[in-house]
This record gives sequence, C-alpha cells and structure tokens, in this order.
Amino acid sequence: MTNQIPSLYHKKSWRSLFNRPETMTFTLLILALVGASLLSEYFLDVNYILRSFTLTAELSIAALVLTMVIISGEIDLSAAANIALSACIFAYVQASGAPMTLAILTGLFAGLVMGSLNAILVIVYQLPSIIVTIGTLIFYRGLAQVIAGDKSIRVPEWFIGVNTKMVLGVPFPVVIFTATAIILGLVLGTTIYGRQIYQVGTNNTAALHAGIKSNRIKFGLFVLLGVVSSACGIMAASRLGSVRYDLALGGELQMVLMAMLGGTYIFGGRGTILGTFLAAWLLVIVSTGMTVANLLPAIQLTVLGLLLIVAIIATNFIYSRARR
Amino acid sequence: MHLPLVSARGISKSFASIEVLSNVDLDLHNGEIHALLGENGAGKSTFAKILAGVHKPTQGVIKLNDSIVEISSPMIAQELGIALIHQEPISFPHLSVAENLVMGQKGNGLLTKVNWTEMVDHARQQMTMLGVEIDVTIPMQGLSIADQQMVEIARAIASDARLIIMDEPTAPLTPREVSTLFGIARRLKEEGRTIIFISHRLEEVRMICDRVTIFRDGERIATNTIDELSDEDVIRLMIGRPLGKYMRKYNADIGKIALSVNKLGLEGAFSDITFNLRKGEIVGVGGLVGAGRTDVARAIFGISPAQKGTIMINERKVNISNPADAIKLGIAYVPEDRAIAGIFSSLSVEHNLTAAIPKKIAPKNIIRRVLETSFSSESIDKLSIRLASPDQPIVELSGGNQQKAILARWLHTDPQILILDEPTRGIDIGVKAEFYDMIGTLAESGRAILLISSELPELLSLCDRILVMSEGQLTADISSHEATQEKIMKAAVPKMAISA
Repeated sequence: MTNQIPSLYHKKSWRSLFNRPETMTFTLLILALVGASLLSEYFLDVNYILRSFTLTAELSIAALVLTMVIISGEIDLSAAANIALSACIFAYVQASGAPMTLAILTGLFAGLVMGSLNAILVIVYQLPSIIVTIGTLIFYRGLAQVIAGDKSIRVPEWFIGVNTKMVLGVPFPVVIFTATAIILGLVLGTTIYGRQIYQVGTNNTAALHAGIKSNRIKFGLFVLLGVVSSACGIMAASRLGSVRYDLALGGELQMVLMAMLGGTYIFGGRGTILGTFLAAWLLVIVSTGMTVANLLPAIQLTVLGLLLIVAIIATNFIYSRARR
Repeated sequence: MHLPLVSARGISKSFASIEVLSNVDLDLHNGEIHALLGENGAGKSTFAKILAGVHKPTQGVIKLNDSIVEISSPMIAQELGIALIHQEPISFPHLSVAENLVMGQKGNGLLTKVNWTEMVDHARQQMTMLGVEIDVTIPMQGLSIADQQMVEIARAIASDARLIIMDEPTAPLTPREVSTLFGIARRLKEEGRTIIFISHRLEEVRMICDRVTIFRDGERIATNTIDELSDEDVIRLMIGRPLGKYMRKYNADIGKIALSVNKLGLEGAFSDITFNLRKGEIVGVGGLVGAGRTDVARAIFGISPAQKGTIMINERKVNISNPADAIKLGIAYVPEDRAIAGIFSSLSVEHNLTAAIPKKIAPKNIIRRVLETSFSSESIDKLSIRLASPDQPIVELSGGNQQKAILARWLHTDPQILILDEPTRGIDIGVKAEFYDMIGTLAESGRAILLISSELPELLSLCDRILVMSEGQLTADISSHEATQEKIMKAAVPKMAISA
C-alpha cells in the first residue's frame, strides 16, 4: 500500500501537466512568439521585448497580487485607480516641496489606506467585493482628479527613468516583476498561508469550520494589493516623468485579463502565480507583435478580446475535464 | 393476470464508461405501491429517473400499457402520465402556489391571458381534493418542504399521472407530515394509480408498500411482496452478505467530565441547555430536524457562539468565540452538511485531510511534503479510504469516503471531544458499519463523543445516554438501558403537535 502511492504520484504528475491551465498559457506564449517573429524579422530582439514589457510592468506586478485575491474568492477592481491616486498623491506632496522620502511614504500610506478601506467594506461589512471595488474604483479615480485636476504633475528630473535602469542588462521594472512573482509564487505554493488562500477560495464555510481565519487572510490580501499598487503607482510616475489622474485608465481589466489568461478561476480556489506571470509576457508579446506588424489598434483590441474568450473556454474545459 | 402498467425489459445505463444499471427487468402493476430499495449507487434512483425521462437508457425497452414508449424527456414522461416528485421540490420559490401548480400544464399558447380567479379557484379545488390546507396565494418559498411536496403531488394528479415516483420523499419530513403523505399515497393507490416509493427507511416501506424490488450494484436482485421478507432478508439482499455484527456494543471506561454545558442559550435557536459529557462516553442527541441540535453543536464549536450560559472543559470555564479557539481546546466538529461545511471539493484528498492541522504539516509556516504525505497516508490506511490517488480531487470520492476523510481530518487534531452531526447520513450500510466501529473505538480510547443523529436505531445501539431536543429545549436525558424508540419520539415531538 505505502509502496504504491509514490508510483501513483508519478504517473499522475505527467498526465496532470496537460490538465494544468498554465500549460495552455505557455503554449499560447510560444505560438505568439513564433507568430510575431514570422510577422516581423525585427521582433526577435530580446532587448526590444524587455523594453516593451516595462510599459505594462506596473499593471503586471499588481496583477500578481490580484491573482491571490481572486484565488481567495474575492476580486479587487480598484487596483488601477489606486495606482493613479497613489501616484497623484505622491507627485502632489513632492511638488509641494516635501522631501522625496516623505512623498514616497505618503504615497505608500495612501495605498495602505485604500487597501484597508476595500478590506473593511468587504470583510467587516460583508459586502460583495465586486460591487465594493467598482465603487472604490470610481471613488479613487475621482479623488485623483480632484488632486491633480486635468494637468500633469511633474516629478524631478533625477527621479525619472526607473525603466532605463538596468540590472545585468534587464530593466529594473522587469527585475521587480520577476522577483515579486518568485516571492509570491513561493508564498502561494509552499507556505501554509498560501494553502489556506486556496482553501478559503474553494469553500469559505468549510475553511471556517476547519479553524482557518479566512477573514484575516482576505483582509491581508486586500491590504497587500493596496500597498503594492501604490508602489506601482510611484514606479509609473518615475517611468513617465509626470502624473495625470488618468494614469493606468482601464488597467483593472488588463489585470483581470492577465489573471484569467493565466488560468485563474474567477470564482476562486484555483490559479497560480506562474500562470499570471506567463500571461503577462503573452500579452506583451501579442500586443508588441501586432504593433511591429503595423496592425491597426482596432484590430489589436479585437485580437486581445478573442484571446481572452479562447483562454476562458480552454480553462473551463481543462477544469471540467480534471473534475471527471 | 392483469396487464402491467409499466413493463421494463433489459434496461441498462452507463455514464461515461461506468455501468450503473445492468439488464433490469421490472413490471409495475396498476394500483400498487412499489418500493425500490438498495444502497446508495445501487441503481434505484437511476432506474426511477429513466422512467421519468430524466435519463435515457443505454439499452432496453419500456412498455406502457403494452405499447413501446420512448421516454426521452421529462416533458414526454408527463404527457405519458409519469410524474417524479423530488425530495426537495424544484419549483419557482417566488411564485405563488397556484402559479406553481399550473406551471408546465398545457395552455393555449404563449400569449394567452392568465385568468387569476380561475387559476386560484382551480388550485384551491386541487388542494381540497388532496385534503390538505395550503393557502394557494402565498409564494412557494413560504411553505414547509412537506407542503411543497404536496403541491408537487397535486401537480402530478392535475396532469393525470398514472405513475407517481417519489424519491426519498420522507427524509425531510416530520412524523406527522409523513403520516399525511402516506394517507394521500394510499388514496392515490385506491384510485388505481401506481406509486414508486424510494426510501432508506424499512419501517416506512413496511407501512405502505405492497411489493419491493431490491437493487444491488446496478442489478435487480429480487422482487417480492413485502410480507415475504424479514428486515434481515432485506438487508442481506441489499448488501449481499449477512448482517453480522452490524452494530456491536462498546465498552469504554467512562471517566471524568470532559465537557460541561450550563444553561446555554442563543436567541431564536435554543435555551437553557445543560448537560455533561464524560471521557469515554457516547452521548446521543435525538430530535427532529430544526429542533436546535445543530445550533448547540455550532455554539460549542464557536461557529455561532451562545449568548447565555457557560461551557466548561475539563472542569474549567472556557470562552469559545470561533472554531480556532475550539480546536485549541481539543474539540472537533464533523458538520451535518459535508458539501457545504466539510469538503474543499476541487482540492486534493491530501489537502483536505490536513486542513485542520496547519502547524503539524508546516512547523515553520513552510509546508513539508514529507509530513503531509505521512499524515494523509496514515489516515487513508487507518480509515481505509478508497481512492485512486491522494492527489485526486476529493469530490471524485464516494460520499462515504468523503465523510471518512472529514472524520480523518479531525482525528489528526487529536480531539478529546468529538461532535458528530449526522455522521452517517446518505452513507451505504456497509460504510455505516465501519463508522459505528470507528465511533466505538474512539470512545474506548477515552474520547468524549456527542453524536447528533436522526436515526433512532443508531442512537439506541451506539450511545450510553441519549439527550432529546425539541424546539430549542432539552426535553429528555435517557440512559441507554431505559431508552426506546417511543420514549425518544415522545420527547422529540413538540407538545403543540401532540395536542393538535
């Protein structure tokens, strides 16, 4: 009996490779790479791809944390608005003469407050997170406009260009993204905290019965996403050199798209950081591939929409087959 | 010999590649109540659903009044005069009873104007015919499950059903509601209609059925008149082996008081609950569904804590405000509804087994696979949980094995007090016996066990003492030698109902 179990593990792991939605994301990634390099011979330039990635690095980093929120059975659509508001607050404080450290801390603190507000509404008041965060999404974006008006706030010259700083030839935002992915991937995959995120997302009532403090876990995730989003906002300010209220406008959908393309299940309980990591690259390659091939923006949008639909159908198919 | 109403020949059914029904022949006569018996998964419900047009047989022929019919949908079944009464009726909860009654009956096209007065009058007539008092203008969700079933039966009669299939209709009913249902069933039989009655409760089958058919592993094992079979015969035919030690008596040394509950109360659920539970003791809690038994268990376990009264563990007063507190104090609770409060359905069996012992599998917050695997394989062996792999999603296991896994999850916490809420509901007789064995062994190892159960034989044969609850109150505390089914039922039925 005891001898049989490891062999079963082995057989299962080969087959389960095809039952994993990240395999689909990976396959699409390869197809996109091949397709894009056929469309344009200039495409297969690693530096070009890395540079393109920095354009969406902030959203991608926040999407990694969002993935954990979705796995826990909740959603946060306010992260992109948080990026804009934190960036505006940071830039405003800085522009009004405060030292840079103070400005950064204020920006991060704003993110902490925004994340906590979401968490309080969802967890303490037991309101549905989709409605709450649509509300705070509009609220945060509105506040950003109140603070910045319709002008851009500039940041000092020396602070500009986080995306051009290189670490071993890799742009700094890409390094941060990869490091965040590794850390969160380890948290989700190997710690008891990560395990409980899956359990809470699969069946909150059962988790409660098993003594798992699901409210504490969810609260932590909302706050973490709030803080990480504000850090991303400050990073965006450095990349762009100036901040407007409409920074990362519509970014919430792009973040959800990354999580879904990576195989995260919208109703919670399933998904991985690896999936979202791959999906972030997939999106960059598809959109820059299309830009290089001179496709009209309208067509690009259509392709992205189709991609999401295909991904959802495939994910659903994989999950339903794995259930049999 | 009269021509049978329904004559099924060689009915087989496979889902995917698994055969759940194989080559079943069965005749149903006019004006009989025919019981289908068998363990879960024996094929009785599948057979009934084939007759009702829910499933299509893979093979076989069904004759209705000597002509071959193809029952390819529930709609066609209804036209042929076959109606299926669900255990928990599927209806439109926000619509009125009268509207639910006409639902599915042939109208005069989509745009016909609804004549409310006529519809309500018609519905009232149907209720009077059944001899039940139900206000037909209130929404369906305002009715008890028993009344909802009555509406379904009324609907079946209105569509002039010749064959009425009742799939475990009595499970959610109180004894009084059961007797009303049986009265109606007998009347329907006198009118020459045929009833298929699926139930796990042998006494009920004896009360109203004429013939029984026993299924085992997808095959029809026997069809007899009920008087020809003893209970032992039926069980032997169902499980395919003699009863043996279906339940044995356990002899644990009863020790000190492990749990002591004093004047516990929670508004709207229960009040003034006082009892002791000793080490090695199995205390049963009987009563009807909704008597507040589960609420007391949930209060002790900290899911919805009591507002009044005290809980003492090992003679020390404790404060339990959430399950995590309760677990720390050595309490475990196996909930009533496995799917809602027990399993993490899409997660692996292994992850399910270790869900309550995070510190043991991850001493420094990092999960150690070795520890996890050893915990899970230990319980798989010990409780003989049948599975293909511990990595399999738990939802793929049978109900009994899922339940074993939940029990195993709690045994890992090394509980001193174990609260089991209907632990054998919906479980095969064979696995039930294993459960009884485990419960007895746990008591013998010095654990205190609180067993909530609606099955009287289970309470009577397993427990040292039986508490009975009715309408949120503790109404009896009977020791095992004095307890009888009658005493328990008498304490369980609300006083109002007896005088009424």
